[in-house]
Amino acid sequence: MPSFAAFVSILFDGLAYAMVLFTISVGLSITMGLMGFVNLAHGAFAMFGGYLVVSLTRSLGVPFLPSLVIAAVAVGIASIPFEKILYSRLYRASELDQVLLTIGLAFMSIALCTMIYGPSPVTIPLPSVLTGQIDIGVRTVPAYRAFVIVVGFVMVAVLWYAFERTNIGAKIRAAVDNRRMAQSVGINVDRLFTMTFAVGSGLAALGGGLAIQTFGLTPSFALLYLVFFLLIVSVGGLGSLKGTLVASILLGVFDVGGKYLTPEAGGFFIYALALVILLVKPAGLYGRE
Amino acid sequence: MAVSDVETVSAAGRAQARDLIEKRHRFHLGEVLPWVLIVAVYFLFPDRTTFGAQVLIMIMFALSLDLILGYAGIITLGHAAFFGIGAYTVAILSSKLGWGEPISMLVLAAILAGIGGLVSGWFLLRYQGLTLLMLTMATAILLLEFGNYRADITGGYDGVPGMEIWPIFGVFENDLWGHNYYVYTAAVLFVVFLLVRRIIYSPFGQALVGIRENVRRMHAIGSPVHRRLVTVYTIAAAIAGVAGALFAETTAYTTLGVFEFDNSAKVMVMLILGGTGRLYGAFAGATIYMILEDEFSKAVPEYWQFGIGLVLVLTVLFARRGLLGVIEDLLSVFKRRPS
Repeated sequence: MPSFAAFVSILFDGLAYAMVLFTISVGLSITMGLMGFVNLAHGAFAMFGGYLVVSLTRSLGVPFLPSLVIAAVAVGIASIPFEKILYSRLYRASELDQVLLTIGLAFMSIALCTMIYGPSPVTIPLPSVLTGQIDIGVRTVPAYRAFVIVVGFVMVAVLWYAFERTNIGAKIRAAVDNRRMAQSVGINVDRLFTMTFAVGSGLAALGGGLAIQTFGLTPSFALLYLVFFLLIVSVGGLGSLKGTLVASILLGVFDVGGKYLTPEAGGFFIYALALVILLVKPAGLYGRE
Repeated sequence: MAVSDVETVSAAGRAQARDLIEKRHRFHLGEVLPWVLIVAVYFLFPDRTTFGAQVLIMIMFALSLDLILGYAGIITLGHAAFFGIGAYTVAILSSKLGWGEPISMLVLAAILAGIGGLVSGWFLLRYQGLTLLMLTMATAILLLEFGNYRADITGGYDGVPGMEIWPIFGVFENDLWGHNYYVYTAAVLFVVFLLVRRIIYSPFGQALVGIRENVRRMHAIGSPVHRRLVTVYTIAAAIAGVAGALFAETTAYTTLGVFEFDNSAKVMVMLILGGTGRLYGAFAGATIYMILEDEFSKAVPEYWQFGIGLVLVLTVLFARRGLLGVIEDLLSVFKRRPS
């Protein structure tokens, strides 16, 4: 039986992991829920965010925190032409077409990042506040993970407010529930989607930046973790903020716990868990049947 | 093809329809071409037959995907699972259990992969769209993780050491140039191809196309949709298993990489490039993909990956019916011109 300290440690590391997963997956969940678009290039946006942070901190000497914000905004804005020119052409196409287009984009992104940054993992200079350990009473924990958890909870709070308490959030929820009805009461769903897509990609980029020191950033990031993001989205239920959060925490903590307790079984547990959840609830935990 | 206006079909129309169906599954001359090429390669490029065998294996893998994706319209991102089962059947038999007879190993690989297809298909094929994509993808990764967990048997990412494959029929060794294995692979591919061709032109195959085109209608006319889908999924899994087994036999080496998402994506890309649901799309797509990859990926792998991504994007936007579709369009332009 693991000790109490080990238990806290699993929970803490799992939560930090989950928050990165949540930050990246939430945009994917909303865009998939809104437009039913299978976006396999979402991981690529996260990766570009990560590499942008690398460039900003290492080559231009921008501090870590502003770099995160700049990367998120830049990738968010850069994603708009992709949505307008490429994605919008395939909204009514089959899932296969969407899968192929976005796998193609992911391949191109991976190749591009390999050309620029090389295939090996990169690291970035962190501010000294984030490199040490901090005492949370039970035991000391890495400050960076604590920072990620704080950022994650702030994101959850902001998104929850935007989703549940603002006009735009209400419009998004309406469009996810019933797109035609939303359109006929005068909501401009196309513009709403472009906006959501940009915000989602920006959040993915932020997650990519946070992931550098937790997952390790290599060009294969775009597809390697994509499976994970997609599982979270489908387990949580498309377009559900709550579902994405619950699924992120569930899979994140289980993954860390599984790897900690039985290193050789590795990721086996979470895929089995995800498979069982999807078999029982095909629309996900909080999805609509 | 006006199948729907049954009442208006006259006797002449009925004869015409029958003629059309008969003509479709009759062998025509153009179908000889790929096989002539496969034989020609053996004599023209005797030092490239090892690579040639790999191309034939990928053709078989793509052909199995065409059966479910192109004909039945099942979108899967986990087809590598069955290729992997086949490869590991051979790997474990020949390295741990002391059995290395190639043909019986193919049969066993087909059976085990088929069982994998039957069991997973039975559960998964009730779902559609995104859920199905996720479930198939998760199944392949689950097998990968299981292989990783039992690295004592599978050798993990380092691969299975010490595979001993016996000579084919006790006579033909896997020679340095891979001549014997090229012939062996081509022969197996031919048998598999005849089987697939028989299936798609049978009433069962027509029912699959019906399911792809309009599931509701097939339900409405009382077609046992789920059973048909599971059947074709099982057959395709068995064929993918044979392809995987051939892969392990020819290279006498296997790693867990065969289960990876990349492998599932790669075979899908091959099929899409060639064209889905047209039997020879797998031949064209896999051959061209493999040759281009061999040419370009050696020098700068990133350029190759970028190129294949770009081709994929352009294919989806402009040439959705694949290379053979493009050729068909060009031919029809030529044919129309004189009239």
